[in-house]
Amino acid sequence: MTQVVISSPFVSPSNSLRRLMINVIIGLLPGTLAYVWFFGVGVLINITLAVIFALGFEAAILKLRNKPVKSHLNDYSAVVAAWLFALCLPMHSPWWLVAVGIGFTMIAGKHLYGGLGFNPFNPAMVGYVVLLISFPREMTTWYLPIEISGESIGFFDAIAYAFGLADIQQWDALSSATPLDQFKTLSGQNIPISEIRQSPVFGNFIAFGWEWIAGGWLVGGLWLLYTRTIKWHIPVTVLVSTSFIALVFYLSAPDTIASPLFHLFSGSILIGAFFIATDPVTAATTDKGRVVYGFLIGFLVYVIRSWGGYPDGIAFAVLLANMCVPLIDYYTQPRVYGADTQGKDE
Amino acid sequence: MDNKSQYKLHHMHGGMRLEGYKAESMGQPLQQATLAEQLILPLKQHIGETNKPLVSPGDRVLRGQLIADSSSPISAAIHAPTSGKIREIAPHPVPHPSGQSSDCIVIDVDGKDECLESAAVDPASLSVVDLIARIRDAGIVGLGGAVFPTAAKLSRAQSQGIDTLVINGVECEPYISCDDILMQTYSDEILRGIGYLQQIFKPKSTLIGIENDKPKAIQSMQLALDSNPLANTRIVMIPTLYPSGGEKQLIQILTGREIPKGKLAFDIGMFCQNVGTCVAISRALDQDEALTSRIVTLSGDAIRQPGNWEARLGTPVRHLVELAGGYLDDQAHRHLVMGGPMMGFTLPSDRAPIVKASNNILVMHQQTFAQRLDNHDECVRCARCTDVCPAQLLPQQLYWHARARTYDKVEEYSLFDCIECGCCSAVCPSEIPLVQYYRAAKSEIRAAQQAQFKSDRARIRFEFREKRLLLKKQQDEERKRLKREALKKKQPQKLNGDSTVDPVQAALERVKAKKQALEGTQTLKNTTNLTPDQQQKIEQADARRRAAREQRT
Repeated sequence: MTQVVISSPFVSPSNSLRRLMINVIIGLLPGTLAYVWFFGVGVLINITLAVIFALGFEAAILKLRNKPVKSHLNDYSAVVAAWLFALCLPMHSPWWLVAVGIGFTMIAGKHLYGGLGFNPFNPAMVGYVVLLISFPREMTTWYLPIEISGESIGFFDAIAYAFGLADIQQWDALSSATPLDQFKTLSGQNIPISEIRQSPVFGNFIAFGWEWIAGGWLVGGLWLLYTRTIKWHIPVTVLVSTSFIALVFYLSAPDTIASPLFHLFSGSILIGAFFIATDPVTAATTDKGRVVYGFLIGFLVYVIRSWGGYPDGIAFAVLLANMCVPLIDYYTQPRVYGADTQGKDE
Repeated sequence: MDNKSQYKLHHMHGGMRLEGYKAESMGQPLQQATLAEQLILPLKQHIGETNKPLVSPGDRVLRGQLIADSSSPISAAIHAPTSGKIREIAPHPVPHPSGQSSDCIVIDVDGKDECLESAAVDPASLSVVDLIARIRDAGIVGLGGAVFPTAAKLSRAQSQGIDTLVINGVECEPYISCDDILMQTYSDEILRGIGYLQQIFKPKSTLIGIENDKPKAIQSMQLALDSNPLANTRIVMIPTLYPSGGEKQLIQILTGREIPKGKLAFDIGMFCQNVGTCVAISRALDQDEALTSRIVTLSGDAIRQPGNWEARLGTPVRHLVELAGGYLDDQAHRHLVMGGPMMGFTLPSDRAPIVKASNNILVMHQQTFAQRLDNHDECVRCARCTDVCPAQLLPQQLYWHARARTYDKVEEYSLFDCIECGCCSAVCPSEIPLVQYYRAAKSEIRAAQQAQFKSDRARIRFEFREKRLLLKKQQDEERKRLKREALKKKQPQKLNGDSTVDPVQAALERVKAKKQALEGTQTLKNTTNLTPDQQQKIEQADARRRAAREQRT
């Protein structure tokens, strides 16, 4: 009797990639639902299109690379990347915009580097930034929350537009800059906050609708922490560093500079902190490194928002921090057991 | 010392809470295994030098009789586990991770189980050196799994001085319960063994670490300690966390101290010994009994009646499996492991014997731990492995470099500090068999180091030879030069003194005369006080020289 020699440990795996990805998708649900509630079905069409394109590109390129297609599609990593990418798009994006962005996400962002696990840059952010730079008009055409505009674009109209069968101009009246964008433009003109906040897009609290969506990401993020899908280091440090810097500047001029709460609950800080910066492949891997990485992102987001050319900065901040990851990881290695000790007490 | 007071435990990095599966094999008390018809004893069952057999086929041996030993200080002798006849000394499947066979002494058991006469003396009267010598003679090795020769460890530690004695009753791997049942059954012997260790080291304190999932073992040890108190000795209950039973981890949990890189426990005044070894020590000193049996757990989901058996070394695994009611699955669908599921290794065959290292035989349905060896997912750098690594390594970096075979980087990331506990593989969501990559990298690095060592040695030899030849050449030239100069000085004098003689003719005459002289005598040689043997050799050499000369002329 001879047996195949397999080496220990002989235990069934306690985690799976697929399970982690499903956890992320579950975590995305509350924020996505809030998004749909406030902005209509356009969001869902974006996500659906992105997921379909992503799976298509993934399957095609896996086939080209002679890799097993089914097992890789089954890990749901393409679904997560597509979902996150779609959430960055303005609602009611044309199909080709989604396709180009997802194409860059999956092909340039992921597979040209060697596929899952080998890409240095967050693929969803790569796709998004390519669109932001290449198609500024399409990427900045946002719409008012349904409750403010009083009119929602119906499901079939939205589909028709997405596929170029309807003209978007009929809804021009419904489009509007995001609160973050408006705030940036107006405060750039030295208009005091009290006046800026007269606009209905800011609602009663921070930014109408957006604050609930951000709250949804927060709930989903807590779910990720609860299920140990992510560790606390990155989200907490991103949020703390942005808030802290924002607080310092806010206290210096509370009339003209946005409060930390405004920064947290408008735009994409919360989804960025919990879902984008925590992408394990492109983030720092040591605990100390994650703290550095998170602080760097939080800092860059505030810098880009306050002094950069874009109203929001999470995508650029994440990509810039991705570049620093090898350096961060190298200099934050934990002390190996028994190294540099004289056997002294803790 | 007050045993009831709270003992302050320390933190160890990483580790995992694993399902214990201990109840399965703890359902029945310790049983004595029956004698198998044949016992198979590998010549090497320890870390160190391989033993040489002291018996030949056909010899009759008695229980406790020394049958294989080595002169190396790092070795452990082997004794006959029962009486019988030596059948053969031949290669046989043995429990070893390589799955290869190695030389074993096979004994045909006669069933009489006759023992050698015991020569026990009162251990209290023995010196430290004699105590250690007796432990060495009994062939004792660390029974927690490391199988390092105990006497070698004791004598080195004793010369360094030990202030804390750590007794390991942790047994953190799933399924294994041999130490648990040992502590419940032989607590008095364990404490006597600890007593002898204390006699050797005179430590300031002795800590017996037991995981809190073994309340009965703790109770039984505490009772034994209460009735036979030992100085400065206490039982410390530690949380159940794999791999807290590793020597480094246990010392860290109990004392908060780390063993510095490249050092051993006794370098910081610590000595760690497994409870099973303590029993072996007490039997060796109290009863002059060599290590010829041990407790083995048989467990897993593909064996009928899991439990613990005290079995003679050399008992084939199949014999024990039969005692445990047999397999629950056919050959193709079961998996046989020696050791625990985290660090054990696949047994090549159930004909392999129980050896000193065999704490557990695990019989599993193959699908229980279906591994996706080649088609695992890629590493997504989630760093769960970093979180559980008790050595605080970066397993995903090690994997990256091990896979790329950039071995200088692997060593930079401290591959050789990896204790192969298996935690990283167990938590990996991509199901990468990380430890397998590390083992492969380690063995390739070791092989490369050995090749390097060999080529270095060859290079040094070559260079030395070149140097020697060059020196010889230089010496020869120097000699020739001196000779030439001497001749130059001589010749003019001769020419002046006797001008009628033709110089060429004279030179020829001289050469001829020299030749004749050489052929005739050996006056130039030191031939006094030579043995006949040497004389003969010289004559042979001269004969050879003559033959060579004749050939030239």
